[in-house]
Amino acid sequence: MELRKTETYSVQQMILEKKSKKKINMEKVIPKLLFITAAISVFTTIGIILTLIFETFIFFDRVSIVEFFTEAKWLPFASAPSYGIMPLIVGTLKITVIAAVVAVPIGLATAIFLSEYASEKTRRIIKPILEVLAGIPTIVYGFFALTFVTPVLRDLFPSLDMFNALSPGIVVGIMIMPMIASLSEDALVSVPKSIREGAYALGATKLETTIKVVLPAAISGIVASIVLALSRAIGETMIVSVAGGSTPNMSMDVTSSIQTMTAYIVQVSSGDAGYGTTIYYSIYAVGMTLFVFTLVMNLLAQFISRKFREEY
Amino acid sequence: MKLINKSHVAKKMPARLAVNTICKGLFFLATLVGLLVLAILFYRIFTQGIGSLNVDFLQNFASRKPEEAGIKAALIGSIWLMVVVAPVSLLLGVGTAIYLEEYARKNWITTFIKVNISNLAGVPSIVFGLLGLTVFVRALALDRSILAAGLTMSLLVLPVIIVAAQEAIRAVPRDLREASFGMGATKWQTILKVVLPAAIPGILTGGILALSRAIGETAPLVVVGIPMFIAFLPQTVMDTFTVLPMQIYNWTSRPQEEFQQVAAAGIIVLLILLIFMNSIAVIIRNKFQKRY
Repeated sequence: MELRKTETYSVQQMILEKKSKKKINMEKVIPKLLFITAAISVFTTIGIILTLIFETFIFFDRVSIVEFFTEAKWLPFASAPSYGIMPLIVGTLKITVIAAVVAVPIGLATAIFLSEYASEKTRRIIKPILEVLAGIPTIVYGFFALTFVTPVLRDLFPSLDMFNALSPGIVVGIMIMPMIASLSEDALVSVPKSIREGAYALGATKLETTIKVVLPAAISGIVASIVLALSRAIGETMIVSVAGGSTPNMSMDVTSSIQTMTAYIVQVSSGDAGYGTTIYYSIYAVGMTLFVFTLVMNLLAQFISRKFREEY
Repeated sequence: MKLINKSHVAKKMPARLAVNTICKGLFFLATLVGLLVLAILFYRIFTQGIGSLNVDFLQNFASRKPEEAGIKAALIGSIWLMVVVAPVSLLLGVGTAIYLEEYARKNWITTFIKVNISNLAGVPSIVFGLLGLTVFVRALALDRSILAAGLTMSLLVLPVIIVAAQEAIRAVPRDLREASFGMGATKWQTILKVVLPAAIPGILTGGILALSRAIGETAPLVVVGIPMFIAFLPQTVMDTFTVLPMQIYNWTSRPQEEFQQVAAAGIIVLLILLIFMNSIAVIIRNKFQKRY
């Protein structure tokens, strides 16, 4: 009888026995561990928001929020300090507008060339080069702006200051151009071929097809890519710190020294503003403003690409 | 019924075709702008920096004299930073990707996590610096250590790694999973022994690209307060240190002409490091990626 029992010792029993031996049930523990890792990205966002809110509150305890938004002077280092963020916002917007003037036409034209005109072979050469351009560290672009673009511009316009808005603006434009090119190209490529062929059949040239048929069909993706790229320009730090100077001002002049929100944070961080001083807390208030700007633009880009997408 | 006036069309045709050709040329010229800028940038930096780039430059510490300045502390510091960023960001990033692709149910929590990741990718890097300064440097009292900077950088590149790992896991075909389940494997056994090995080339490629972003980042480290002038090598992750972009930033912002050449030499070292990492990523992508 005993012998018979071992003979019918089935595979199923072996599995059951092995299962019962295990002390921890991996199948139940692992999903929980993985959920914790996924939660960390959420905690990062919460951490950023809480950090900015708490430290900004301390700042507004010392400087009135009305002064922060209405005062036209940003002079934190003066003996009678003045904290009006408008000059920093104006500086940031100057850079962003110049960058857009450079990046939007070049990026869009590159996207059209790659998706509509270039052969597969040309595309395979140019796309990796654009990726290299997008992968260059921003400090390298900053060095390039200061030691090459600024001197060249000063040869053309002798009135240009050593630190100005024009040179870093152009270089930020070059930096975000590959982003517009590659995201817009994705949008153009995803327009189905049949629509283009319909236009050709009606006798349209390639350009007419591109401008009147393909571009309108891809417009949501293109606009979203531009908004995303401009949000990158607003948050760009090292190029404007190195080549933009540190003179916050409200003027619309692009030939003189400026300061952006990001450059101010860098200026304070690399100096010796002691922990707990009003200047120390001011970088959080500026950071908060910057964060809100970029968040709104990112949400806008997501909204545009979802709401206005043409489905085929 | 009105027919098309053929002579009218024929008269307009040459002009339309000419505009088409001209615009094609303009689009091509615009494409060349990017390539031209890249060429000028490389040429300028190479000609400026090659004179200062020698064995001494790699072996010397930073110095007040441009001819004695070297990159040793920054180069070793960048490698130390990777020692922290690589394991932390890969562990968190791949874990999140597995959760989202394999375990997450379709509910509002999952949607929230996904929306959160795409928004986190758009937060300016300098804001991550403010987070690192407040949480890691001050609240957790890690001071200006490699660990504090490394954790800050890990959070910064996390969205990049998550998205790359998600794509790599999604590309593993269902058949492989079904076959594994059919052999009696549990879900975790299937993920660990079937899905992950098939997805590893994609994960590594994305991981290396994310690391090369971390190696080139400057802004968050300036905010965290990493010093720019260091004349010793770190021994543990709790030591303070400096990295290549910080050293380059320091040299660039000095007024003396000579330091700009030293900065260019530093940039050459940084670019070589980046090209090296990207080549490894490309090799992995081409060699090991199976097409199913």
